[in-house]
Formats: sequence, C-alpha cells, structure tokens
Amino acid sequence: MTDMHQDSGLQGADAGAADAIDAGTAEAFLSHDQTLRHAPGPYFGAYGGRWMPESLIAALDELQDTFEKAKADPEFTAQVAELNKNYAGRPSLLTEAQRFAEHCGGVRVFLKREDLNHTGSHKINNVLGQALIAKRMGKTRVIAETGAGQHGVASATAAALLGLECVVYMGAEDTRRQALNVARMQLLGATVIPVTNGSQTLKDAINDALRDWVANVETTHYLLGTAAGAHPFPSMVRYFHEVIGDEAREQILEQTGKLPDAVCACVGGGSNAIGMFHGFLDDRDVALYGFEAGGEGVETGRHAATITLGRPGVLHGARSYLMQDEDGQTMESHSISAGLDYPGVGPEHAYLADIGRAKYEPITDAEAMEAFKILSRTEGIIPAIETAHALAGAMKVGQRLAADLAPGEQASDKIIVVNLSGRGDKDVATAAGYFDLLPDDSAEQEIAQEGEQL
Amino acid sequence: MTTHSTDRQSPGAGAAGSKAAAAIEKARAEGRAALIGYLPAGFPDVQTTIDAGIAMAENGVDLIEIGIPYSDPVMDGHVIQEATVEALANGFTVPRIFDVVEGITRATDAAVLVMTYWNPVMRMGVRTFSERLAAAGGAGLITPDLIPDEAAEWLEVSEELGLDRVFLVAPSTSPQRMQATVDASRGFVYAVSVMGVTGARTSVGAAAQAVVDAAHRAGAERVCVGLGVSSSAQVREIGAYADGVIVGTALVAALRDGGVEAVAELTRELSTGTAKVPAGGAA
Repeated sequence: MTDMHQDSGLQGADAGAADAIDAGTAEAFLSHDQTLRHAPGPYFGAYGGRWMPESLIAALDELQDTFEKAKADPEFTAQVAELNKNYAGRPSLLTEAQRFAEHCGGVRVFLKREDLNHTGSHKINNVLGQALIAKRMGKTRVIAETGAGQHGVASATAAALLGLECVVYMGAEDTRRQALNVARMQLLGATVIPVTNGSQTLKDAINDALRDWVANVETTHYLLGTAAGAHPFPSMVRYFHEVIGDEAREQILEQTGKLPDAVCACVGGGSNAIGMFHGFLDDRDVALYGFEAGGEGVETGRHAATITLGRPGVLHGARSYLMQDEDGQTMESHSISAGLDYPGVGPEHAYLADIGRAKYEPITDAEAMEAFKILSRTEGIIPAIETAHALAGAMKVGQRLAADLAPGEQASDKIIVVNLSGRGDKDVATAAGYFDLLPDDSAEQEIAQEGEQL
Repeated sequence: MTTHSTDRQSPGAGAAGSKAAAAIEKARAEGRAALIGYLPAGFPDVQTTIDAGIAMAENGVDLIEIGIPYSDPVMDGHVIQEATVEALANGFTVPRIFDVVEGITRATDAAVLVMTYWNPVMRMGVRTFSERLAAAGGAGLITPDLIPDEAAEWLEVSEELGLDRVFLVAPSTSPQRMQATVDASRGFVYAVSVMGVTGARTSVGAAAQAVVDAAHRAGAERVCVGLGVSSSAQVREIGAYADGVIVGTALVAALRDGGVEAVAELTRELSTGTAKVPAGGAA
C-alpha cells in the first residue's frame, strides 16, 4: 500500500484528535500537485479502517485482493463497461435545467441524470460491479441490506442477471411499509428477510447481514450498498460510482467549455456523492457540496445530519462521523427520505469534510419537498426524495453564487452540476400524502400515512 | 500494520500480573480447564448482574465476563441481543459497568473481564475507560470488533495499566494473523469455535480444536473457546484440548428464565465438566 493517507498515525485516537486536523490539508495536497483522487484506503485521514470481528477479516482480505486484481484486468474493466453501456444504459445524460435554474439565483444548472439508469438510480453502478466481483471469487450467493428497497431491488436485479442467489435484509417495519418493493425483489427471484432485532431499521438490517456473512462467508459475498463499512468497501463502492463524476466532467466541458463552479449531491451513506465528487476532487476551483438529511430540523434532534452534528466513532466496520449518544450508542436517525435515513456516513466524506475539500450542510424535509415540487413542475422530472435534498441545496448554492458576483460577472456565468441520483416513482405515494393530493378514503392515502415509498 | 513491540507481554511470553492468566493457571494447577461465564450488565438491572456474577464465582466459575449492552452487537445472537436491548431499555448506562465490576470483585476472588464493542470505549476515551476499569478492579477487556491492527491506543494504555487484552481468533484466521493476534494478546486468546454469532449449539464441531491448536502453535499459553457452549458435556469435550471454556448464551437464558438461582445451578452443572480427563479418556 502506498496510500499517502494511510499512515496517519491517528487510527485509534479519540474523537478530539480528528477535530484537530489542519483544515489547510486539502490546499496543501493540491498546491503540491498531489491528488485526492483514487484514495485506496484503508484509511482516509483518521477515518476508515477495519473495525470488524476477526472472523470476517479473511473475507475482507479476499475481497480486497480480488478487487485489486480485477481493476488491473482489462477483461474485467471491459465487462463492467459493457454492462454499464448495454444493460444500465450509460452514459447517463447531462441535462441543462433552464426553468429550474430560475429558482437557483439564475445560475446555469445541469442535472446528471442517474435517474435514467436501469432500476432508476445510481445504485446499479455498484451492484453490477460487486456482483461481477462475487462471481470472480467463486461465490454463489449475495446478501444485501436495504432501507426503502432501492439497493435491495438493484441487488436482486444484478443477482438475477448474473445467476446468483440473493437474500435481502430489511427492517420488519420497512417490509410492511414497502410491500411493493418487497414484491419487486421477490419478482426478481430474491428472498427478503424481515429484521426484527434492535430498532428494526436500516442499521439493524446491516447488523443482520453481517451476522449472515459471518456464518456463510465461504459461499457468500456481502453486497454492501453504500461507500461505508470496512475496507475495501468504501474505496471499492466509490470505484464503481466514479463513472458518474468522470462522465459529468467530460459532459460539462463539452456543453459549456468549462468546469462548474459547484457540484451538489445528497449524502446518506454517501455513494452517489463520492462517485460524483471524485471526478472533480483535484479541480480546486470546483466547490463540492454534500447535502445531508436535516429531517424535521437539526435543532429538533430528529434528523440524519451525520457530518453536521455527529462525532467520530466506529460503526459497521469504519471509523467515521456517527450519530451517537454520550455512551457511544448509535442514535436513531430521521428523514422523510428512507435512502438518507442512516446514522453513519462513508469515511471518505468524513475526511473530505475535515480537510475542507467538500462542505456538508443539512436540508430539512420541508426544504427537500419544496425542491421536489419545483423540479417536477419546471423540468418535468420527478426526482427521488433523496435527490430532492441535493436540489434544495443547489437552490441555496445558486442563490449564494448570484449574490456574490464579481464586478462585470453575471449569474448566468456561474454553473452548478447536480447529481440527480434517482427518479421519484417510488416516492409518489409519500409525496402525494405530503402535498395532500389524495382523497381521504383512498387506499393510497392509507399507504402514504405510513410513509410508503413505492 | 500491527505495531506491537516485541517485548510486550503475550500469552506466549508468560503474563506476570495478568489477572486472567492467574485465574486460568490456578485452574490448570487443579487439573481443570478454566470455566468462564458471561452475562450482560444491567440485565435486568445492575444489582442482579452483581448478584449473578457472585453466584457464578461461588459455584465454580474461574473468570467472569461482563458485557456492555450496545446498540449494534453484530457478533451476538438473539438471546444476548434481546437481553442487552432490555438492559438499555431499563436505563443501563456505560459508566455503570464499573459498578458491576467493583461489586463482583469486592465480594469474590474471581477475575472480571469486560466484553465490549469498541465504540462505547472510544466515546468515553480509551484512557479514561481503562483507568476507571482498573480502579474498579477489572482484569481487562474482551473486544469482539477490535482487531490488533486498529488497537494502537488500547495496546499502549493496557500495557501501562496492566490490563488484559483478549482478542479473538477464528477458524478463518490466517497463520499470519494468528501469530500477530497471539502476540498482541495478554491474559488469554479467545478462540471462536464456529463461523457465526453467539448462541447455544448442539455441537461446536472440529473447527474449534483446529483453532486452539493453531493458537498454541503460535505460542499462546492460554486459549479459551467460546460460542455455542451450553452443557457440561461440551465443556468436557472442549476442556480436553483448550485451557478454558466460555459459556454465554446458556447462562443468559438461565438468568432470564430462572433468575440468579438458575445461574448458580447451571454454573454448578457446567463446572462438573471442567476436570481434565486423562489422555485417551475423553469421550
């Protein structure tokens, strides 16, 4: 390993040490022609690592070894490229959103259309890559966790395509609220196991998937859905999503002749954001913004703004920012968006936040739903509620850019690229309930009250 | 990645001052495998944990392992997780672990180890936690989700305070990692009997002996087997090749169903299996 971030000497240090990291580090990297791109892990500054039971370390070693060899194998990269093109539908479009831009201070706004991928979100990039890795390891079974069902559906899709057995762990409460997504996974041949342990949410689904993995590691690959977890998951999941940022950078240069002023993405675990950011990490003049779920408002305690308000800790194998109480117990997160409703965040985001290369801000449920409505009505695109957080953030960033123009500059000289990470079909019932569009006696009304995301 | 120094005390290098080692060696001198009993703190309340710990010590347990209830116990099965969820619901907070340790060590001679996932320790601060544990009379920590690679601060602080460091090894552990983990451990090495989580099993299988043998070959003087052990027959079988046998889920279930008296009774029953059977007599 030659990772420049690896030997930080900070692993195992207490929370205070991370806070003390020099905020000028990113500047130093860039001014010395060093790159932030392709960080291999296991450490991203003081974050990442392998806070995992010994029983799983051999499997993580095998995964890392297989992944490293696959990356260097032209046959593998060609396989990924072929599936991306002819199965997932890549490259995804970059669409200028002229009417939406009027709500963003008049700057130019471009949407990276991950919503147009097969299965409707960026998730397909990662599941295809990891399912191929599972096959290379000779595993016959994949397991996955899911909250609302997006990653579960994507995993079931990849497993069906590649002939793997698929088991999806999902909080028991979510399986009731997301009955249609459970059916979708079952139609694709997957088995969905309701998780009744702990708080019965996404984090408990991950716990049960890990328990399954410990017991079945010989035959099974854990197809983790976000850029979190133990090494090599954060860097591997990012690798499969780097295509988002790589395409977007090329497309924005082609369409405007220059790099954007800002790039915006939503952050739960952080996979779509890290894939998008990666393309621009070394472009020092491109500001990177990650928007976390502010829920009912960060002052209410009912949110999922991990970087904004969390403290460093370890969960699910990585050291990162974490929503935890004073005893180190994981706290329950809250968001109208199930995909952002996770009390942790990927370790590379924690690092980028500490060194100041990316900024992370909370967006409330209400702000996200307003952006959801505006994009739908101005561009004819219904976004996922997760994505609506990035759109609400882009509105703020655009207005700030427009308010802060240099003499002679116009708002239309400024450019924002937003990762439109997923489509909102699954969220129609939630949105209809939120905007009170359903008759009181409809079946959908009942579903919406339970927070169903179809 | 592991940065332990060569002069650090390991199970292979003797362990003067190690409370866990002393307890296991005392059993060995009596011709027995050590019996190690686990209970989660605060289930159903702190006083009951102390009473049950004392009952275990008075009925044949050599070493007591007290778990800190944690929100995300990935190495535990349903019985232990349900108990820890109840402990947390009943108001257990992490600093109370020191009351439990002190309550048991004040009343008995048993060595008391704390079993904890790492985040609660990290949150309090590794040094603060360790100092409070030592002050309460605790022997050290068993750390199911901390591998030596990530344990730089704990290695340093435990060495300074003379606390035991019990890391886990598993059937999947490579020879290289076995050596590194044995070298980093102090007190004993915890051999995970099967690939899985905690919970009673009818058989722990042949994998357990292979793990113990590998740890011994790597120089570990004390290797104890946990996961899946629930009867005196299993204790007898494992005690024939291991230096200690760890029982958790069965004791938790006994406490849940029959209170402290049931824990005492099961401990007595389990302890009938610890006598080392002469070679050839194991069955």
